[in-house]
Amino acid sequence: MTSQDPTNPSPFDAEPRFDSVEELRTALRNVDYLSDEGIAGIVYLADRLGKPILVEGPAGTGKTQLAKSVAEVLGARLIRLQCYEGLDESKALYEWNYKKQLLRIQATKSDTEGQNWDEIEDDIFSDEFLLERPLLEAIRATDPVVLLIDEVDRVEVETEALLLEILSDYQVSIPELGTITARQIPMVFLTSNNTRELSEALKRRCLYLHVDYPDMEREKEIVLTKVPGLTESLADQIARVVRSIRQLELKKAPSVSETIDWARTLVLLGVEQIDAETATGTVNILLKYQSDIQKVVKEFAAEQKSFSRGGILSPEA
Amino acid sequence: MAEASDLAGESLLELLAGFIVELRQAGLPVSLTENLDAMEAVQYIPLGDREAFKYALAATLVKNHSHWRAFETVFEVYFSLRGAEWSLDPDASDFVDPDEDQSQAPEGAGEGQQAQGGSGDSLTPEELAEMLYKSLMRGDQSMMRAMARQSVRRYAGMEPGRPVGGTYYLYRTMRNLNLEGMLERLMEQAQEDSPEPLTPLEERLERDEYENRIDSFKKEIESEIRRRLVADRGVEAMAKTLRKPLPEDIDFMHASRDEMVQLRKALQPLTRRLAIRLARKRKHGRKGALDFRNTVRHSLSYGGVPAEPKFKYPRPSKPEIFVIADISGSVAAFARFTLHLVYAISGQFSRVRSFVFIDGIDEVTRFFEGTDDILDAISRVNSEADVIWVDGHSDYGHAFEVFWERYGQDISSKTTVIILGDARNNYHASQNWVIKEIRNKARHVWWLNPEPKAYWDTGDSIVGEYATYCDGAFECRNLRQLERFVDNLV
Repeated sequence: MTSQDPTNPSPFDAEPRFDSVEELRTALRNVDYLSDEGIAGIVYLADRLGKPILVEGPAGTGKTQLAKSVAEVLGARLIRLQCYEGLDESKALYEWNYKKQLLRIQATKSDTEGQNWDEIEDDIFSDEFLLERPLLEAIRATDPVVLLIDEVDRVEVETEALLLEILSDYQVSIPELGTITARQIPMVFLTSNNTRELSEALKRRCLYLHVDYPDMEREKEIVLTKVPGLTESLADQIARVVRSIRQLELKKAPSVSETIDWARTLVLLGVEQIDAETATGTVNILLKYQSDIQKVVKEFAAEQKSFSRGGILSPEA
Repeated sequence: MAEASDLAGESLLELLAGFIVELRQAGLPVSLTENLDAMEAVQYIPLGDREAFKYALAATLVKNHSHWRAFETVFEVYFSLRGAEWSLDPDASDFVDPDEDQSQAPEGAGEGQQAQGGSGDSLTPEELAEMLYKSLMRGDQSMMRAMARQSVRRYAGMEPGRPVGGTYYLYRTMRNLNLEGMLERLMEQAQEDSPEPLTPLEERLERDEYENRIDSFKKEIESEIRRRLVADRGVEAMAKTLRKPLPEDIDFMHASRDEMVQLRKALQPLTRRLAIRLARKRKHGRKGALDFRNTVRHSLSYGGVPAEPKFKYPRPSKPEIFVIADISGSVAAFARFTLHLVYAISGQFSRVRSFVFIDGIDEVTRFFEGTDDILDAISRVNSEADVIWVDGHSDYGHAFEVFWERYGQDISSKTTVIILGDARNNYHASQNWVIKEIRNKARHVWWLNPEPKAYWDTGDSIVGEYATYCDGAFECRNLRQLERFVDNLV
């Protein structure tokens, strides 16, 4: 890792960005991102191994935020590629500026009759006519960058192949120009909501990080950091109520961002103690499906003896 | 790197190699590159940190969250004896626990004994229960861990070399601890501590909290039992015994209760994924015919040259689905999962009608209409559908006959009929002419059988008699096969 040839620095020999997992964790905390051991550890590893991170998990658990926060910690520019169906290389990698090329050809025709075709061809397939898209931009950058490929599960399987070259070798091949290699290895984050299975080839090239809903303690800390004016005891109650709701079988469990919204609402309403009435009155901020809301309202109003989640206490496994 | 090479000599590499072989045995697809990545990754983390080690391995080797559980089990087996301080001490029969000495001894009765012996053997069961109660009350993790070790030592009655699984010991330990009673006691205490009576909401939150703690206590017990079993019988043997199938490989017909819960959990994301994928395929699959107008419009930006051809979206027709499911005991779970899956993607079909039978048949479409909650509908199917005709033993022949009489005229050339069942007909008449008639009218008839193919047509199974008139009969034993079938259906 440290054997560096000064005459020919390869991007793979770059200095590591973080000294230890602890340091990274503290740094993330300073930019208001509360990571747990696993998250910080894997980001640290990704930096050391020079590999992209594939972040999966339910919606609203801070996958995109992780990339943003790491960028903030590093003081790096965040380059974001939002994926969608029908994304192709002209939107993700690069594109030739056809219109400008056409103009160039026409201009040449009228000016100088004698110029031969080869010269024009060399000319119109040069850097000047190349439109940089996020992926190319990220590897050509000289300043520190963090590349975020957001919701990669939205592109078709065939389009995933576009990413493979850049993810494993940090280079882009353009037939007319040759191969462009990265000057530095950027930190790369891919996020996925797991709406489809990603291809093996893509997964193999990445480290895998599953971000789940945080445990109660962490969630409490998160709302405390993110919501000004929130008292400790209210945060505690919020975290506990949310945990109880997540244990029900719902269509869509409340995400962290929804918890934060809920906390904000409660602060605005001047609530100090959550009782069943406040909870049912504001639960529509946490839940987005009518059937879920009804279920939770019913559960919260129910007498204790009448329901039991069952299962976990029975002796047989 | 220097520190890594000291500690991580041959033994670690060997251990990792064995670990990865076991992961592959358990069904996880670990490629060679991932293997190398894992080897590289462990160089960058302090070897003493067990959690970090686990995450490093997980990040490089496990690329699917549903495989996490399988990974965790293997990890626990392979590295449990290399406990908190990463000791590679082969003399693992010595169970004196480093934590126990460090952990804060509880106040009161337990204190003396705990500090002296480091084993607490002289505690009475009542004292033990009292200490457990206190540690649960305070949610003291290290204390709970010590209590778990103590209870296993005392109650599990583990005998070296005895070839029983961990569940047996777990059961014995749990029976002695009476955690149900503990929960009630904790709840009563919570009631007393509160100045005013707890509202239902507060009570619920308290209960969730305690249940959570008890749950984590139970996990401690499980891992303690595992540790001891591994110490007794060795890593390879235990890895094999404890190997758990991945959720998508769990057999519907032989799933334990625990596995059923896992299956249910795995089904949810699966249906969502399937629904999204199918919707996408419908819209963006094969391109349709050239869209002339659109092409001309886009040619304007190229100076009238049609450089970018545009195509119409194809609009495939939506099939109508009839699901006919056997819900008798042995195959009920399978029917439930399939109904769930089919209704979850019902948007892909013009209509879904479902029928369930044992020896009588009943249409249950009504339970699914006008409700969002598929699970609720399925539980109503189980309790309310009228499927018993004589004795409640499967009679495919009679059920099919009645089906043909009542609903046969609804089948049209747009209908796809899916029949679910093991065709174990209790030696009744097969009445397979019904399937033939259905086949003549319907677009497709598929048969899904949750039994392994080798068992078909053995004993009272007559799936072969029906299958001759179906377009296809498939073995469908786990989620993986079910998903594949549904995917091809649309």
